[in-house]
Amino acid sequence: MSKSQPMRLETGGRIDRNKPLSFTFDGKKYAGFEGDTLASALLANGVRVVGRSFKYHRPRGILAAGAEESNALVTVGLGALEEPNVRATLQPLYDGLAARSQNCWPNVRFDIGRSLDYLHFLWPAGFYNKTFIWPHWHWYEGFVRRLSGLGKLPPGDDPDRYVHHNVHCDVLIVGGGPAGLSAALAAGDSGARVVVVEQDSLLGGSLLWSEGDINGEQGDIWLEDAVRILRQRDNVTLLTGTTATAWFDHRMVIACQMVTDRRIPGEGEGPRQRLWKIHAREIILATGAIEQPLVFANNDRPGIMLASAVQQYCNRYAVAPGKRMAIATNNDSAYGVAGALRNAGVDVVAMIDSRQKLAGKAARLVRDQGLTVFHNAMPRDCRGDKGVRSVSVTKRDSLETLATLQCDCIAMAGGWQPAVHLFTQARGKLRYDASPGAFVPDEIPPHMHVAGMVAGALDLETALEQGREAGLAAAGDGLEVRPRTRSKNTGALHIERAWSGQRSSRQWIDFQYDVTLQDIDIAVAENYTSVEHLKRYTTTGMSVDQGKTSNVNALLALAARTGRTPGEVGTTTFRPFYMPVTLGALAGRDSGEFYAPLQRSPLFACHEQLGAQFEDYGAWRRPRVYPRNGENEQQAVNREAVAARTSVAVFDGSPLGKIEVQGPDAAEFLNRVYINNVPSLKTGRARYGLMLNENGIIIDDGIFARLADNHYLVHTTSAGANRIHAWMEALLQGDWPDLDVLLTPVTSQWANIAVSGPRSRELVERLETGIDFSNNGMPHMSMVTGTVDGMPLRVLRASYTGELCYELNIPADRGAALWQRLLQLGADLQLMPIGVETLGVLRTEKGYLHVGSDTDGNTTPGDVGWGRIADRKQGEFLGKRSLSRTFNTRDGRLEFVGLTPVQQGGVLAAGAHVIDADRSGAPAPTRGYVTSACYSPNLQRYVGLGLVQDGSRRLGETVNVYDAGEVQGARISAPAAWDPEGDRLHA
Amino acid sequence: MFRIPCPFCGERDEHEFVFGGQAHIARPEPAGQVSDREWAEYLFFRDNPKGVHLERWQHRHGCRQWFNIARHTVSHEILAVYRLDEAIPDMNREETV
Repeated sequence: MSKSQPMRLETGGRIDRNKPLSFTFDGKKYAGFEGDTLASALLANGVRVVGRSFKYHRPRGILAAGAEESNALVTVGLGALEEPNVRATLQPLYDGLAARSQNCWPNVRFDIGRSLDYLHFLWPAGFYNKTFIWPHWHWYEGFVRRLSGLGKLPPGDDPDRYVHHNVHCDVLIVGGGPAGLSAALAAGDSGARVVVVEQDSLLGGSLLWSEGDINGEQGDIWLEDAVRILRQRDNVTLLTGTTATAWFDHRMVIACQMVTDRRIPGEGEGPRQRLWKIHAREIILATGAIEQPLVFANNDRPGIMLASAVQQYCNRYAVAPGKRMAIATNNDSAYGVAGALRNAGVDVVAMIDSRQKLAGKAARLVRDQGLTVFHNAMPRDCRGDKGVRSVSVTKRDSLETLATLQCDCIAMAGGWQPAVHLFTQARGKLRYDASPGAFVPDEIPPHMHVAGMVAGALDLETALEQGREAGLAAAGDGLEVRPRTRSKNTGALHIERAWSGQRSSRQWIDFQYDVTLQDIDIAVAENYTSVEHLKRYTTTGMSVDQGKTSNVNALLALAARTGRTPGEVGTTTFRPFYMPVTLGALAGRDSGEFYAPLQRSPLFACHEQLGAQFEDYGAWRRPRVYPRNGENEQQAVNREAVAARTSVAVFDGSPLGKIEVQGPDAAEFLNRVYINNVPSLKTGRARYGLMLNENGIIIDDGIFARLADNHYLVHTTSAGANRIHAWMEALLQGDWPDLDVLLTPVTSQWANIAVSGPRSRELVERLETGIDFSNNGMPHMSMVTGTVDGMPLRVLRASYTGELCYELNIPADRGAALWQRLLQLGADLQLMPIGVETLGVLRTEKGYLHVGSDTDGNTTPGDVGWGRIADRKQGEFLGKRSLSRTFNTRDGRLEFVGLTPVQQGGVLAAGAHVIDADRSGAPAPTRGYVTSACYSPNLQRYVGLGLVQDGSRRLGETVNVYDAGEVQGARISAPAAWDPEGDRLHA
Repeated sequence: MFRIPCPFCGERDEHEFVFGGQAHIARPEPAGQVSDREWAEYLFFRDNPKGVHLERWQHRHGCRQWFNIARHTVSHEILAVYRLDEAIPDMNREETV
């Protein structure tokens, strides 16, 4: 083969040698073939160091060939398309792929952070907890945070598109290997709707790389047939490149599909990833098993790989991970690998087997192949910092060296752990089975089936049989038949665990998070012997790979050191997600402009025309202010606020919540939800009301008006419109079904324009409405109906500015016309459109409460000066009983008051703490808060509102206000700083 | 992710519903004559069974009707669904929904 791929085998593999691809790794150009993964292409090019470990910055190579890879995390793509922490083993190669190593500086071959490794004895397990407590964690935090983390956030927003897709099926099969395909054939035959999810880009699982005969033919031929049959079936959906990563209640599985694995700007039109939400009647798990590493000194060096991965690279990708292989094992599965490597022409130097002797098939293979085997032996240590060069072999029970083997790759066969992640997420129970030496499914949850290696099957025949049985059961009634979970051949591995007696060098358990056997010793010595404690103290299994290659060894080590069986030790809890999912896939289309529905007032275009500065208030995009001639925001607010008190202002109040309440029991209903007396309100009049929850806490306020005998209009805060409507619905349906009341939310049916200011009457009288706007004809707190231009008009005289004010309500589609009309008619009155910020200034000057700003989750009517209204009301209302709870009547409650700076030019800010007058700074007990504050252009000083302990009894007292280190005096006053007598309202 | 059989609309995804807490909480009446303790129990005390829990849900993004669900808190199996004006079904006789 070409020199550019020195480790590529001459023949074989499922790669297309006619389609060469070029890619870069850390800026250097390499070649590969269609069908490669990034990992196989790097190995083909002899690249051994691909990353650095998390804690010690040790050089690391490729460990595995699939999802369990814990070392080869790389960043793929450039610029905003960058994706960190991509497993090189799962990334299909494409032309132009650009990948970079992570967690190293200046580069992956020479990394300054490695100094942490040379000083490793300073930071064993638990060193954080012991070291960073003096003088304080925060003293170290900045430094530690800079050191930690895996990968970097991409610069810029992700330009790719991600979508969600819901699907319902009878049978979901997770895993497209022999067992999964066998299940799909059986279930598909029955006509059931079947979805098969396979993580790999190809179906076939182990058939893609291991030798095995099915029905006397090569596995290959069976695979081709199976896939062809399944593809022809309309009732079977095959999803490749799709990882089932989380199980949720009622049998929903989330799977993430790589629709395109390429990260090339501007390429393709479809989504990059698709998140499948699969609702299944029955679930078959054929998720296979994950080979476990062996634990020996420096077993994390580049060139040390899982044996099955070596076989995969060799057979599927035609890549020899080494020229001279040593194979270390504790079971029979390694002998098949040795045979495969020999057949591919790779030199197997020796087998290092920790067991006493061999029997059966393995023994035959040794004879036939003429393999050198060290029995009862273990790797003692290995050399080669940037790639293994040699391994020393000792007797299992002593440290007597038997040999030192020159080799450039060590394959580890430590047994197979079923991939039980989804199984245990679904609350399936595991049992430790000594014969495969793994935690296997025991109690299977309802509507779930297991087949193949995940069920403990170790040979093809059993896997296919289990798959077929599971497929039939799931497609049938799903309840009666239970596939057998135990293989008749589970003893086939002849596995025997062994631990090296050597203690001088570190032996890795968790490669990604750098947890060693020595760390587990420390945890045990400090009595962290519960598996959950061990995990948290040592961080084993907490890495990005979630312990796929580390959990079993950690548990077995813990068991061995505490004299328990693995079953007694148990496993930690498996939680979603099995594999990480990009945030983009989870967000789907619900990001950016689609994050939440944007609500716009029917007058939106009018505001744009006036050059409004917009802001999102809750769901509504509203004008903040209308700056003119290069004004800044403060200047614009000042101009608008002065005009509103000297001439006339128009304000778009359309988002104001509006609920129509109708029916014979409308008055009774409202009387129960307001603290105010409702039935005494006469038709045509309006009242300000407070609503409480059953705890007596204010949840909303607003004006309600009686339009007719059995017809009320309830105004809520803009933010409370949906919440209050839903709350009223719940009351009527659940608590008072006997009340005959109909609720209609009409917020968006009506445009609302508040015309406010001393000259507002003059302006509204210029409209032809037939309404008498005089103070006698329409007094403060009244509501009348009329028409303008033949359209219905509802006018409410009520005020949130403190000035004479008429709120004009008109059907939404006519709102813009009315607004324009008012602008024309008011031109000679110095009419001024005002925004939400200006309204906030006006109401703060006037001392009007804003529920949510000036109240919190403890505020009762008594705290805001409405105690007497509540007390005097006859009859029951929600929350009334709670008002007499001691908590609500005791001294020291936070009460709503005005706050005025004592000093000339003093500034108040919302959020500032109120402290005692004799305290000049922190620390000091908080006596309340400034809840609203702003500069008042009408009073030419700052005005503030706040919640202050016993405030209503302390009017005139001076307190201190603490804000970001500054302290100043403020006088407690009544809330209203502007027109406290309210004369202007009744003008 | 639950699949909830709304008694008015049929089976729908959990996304369409909101949870409304324990069902059958009776308001002590007349509230004005209830002791602080009894009132506090009404406000704050709820069951937390390992087993069947009766709870209110609303099909907010559908028919907007409130109804009751009997849910097993371990398996999350929905054992029964019934309207607010219906009696609590006998769970022993009830087949799974």
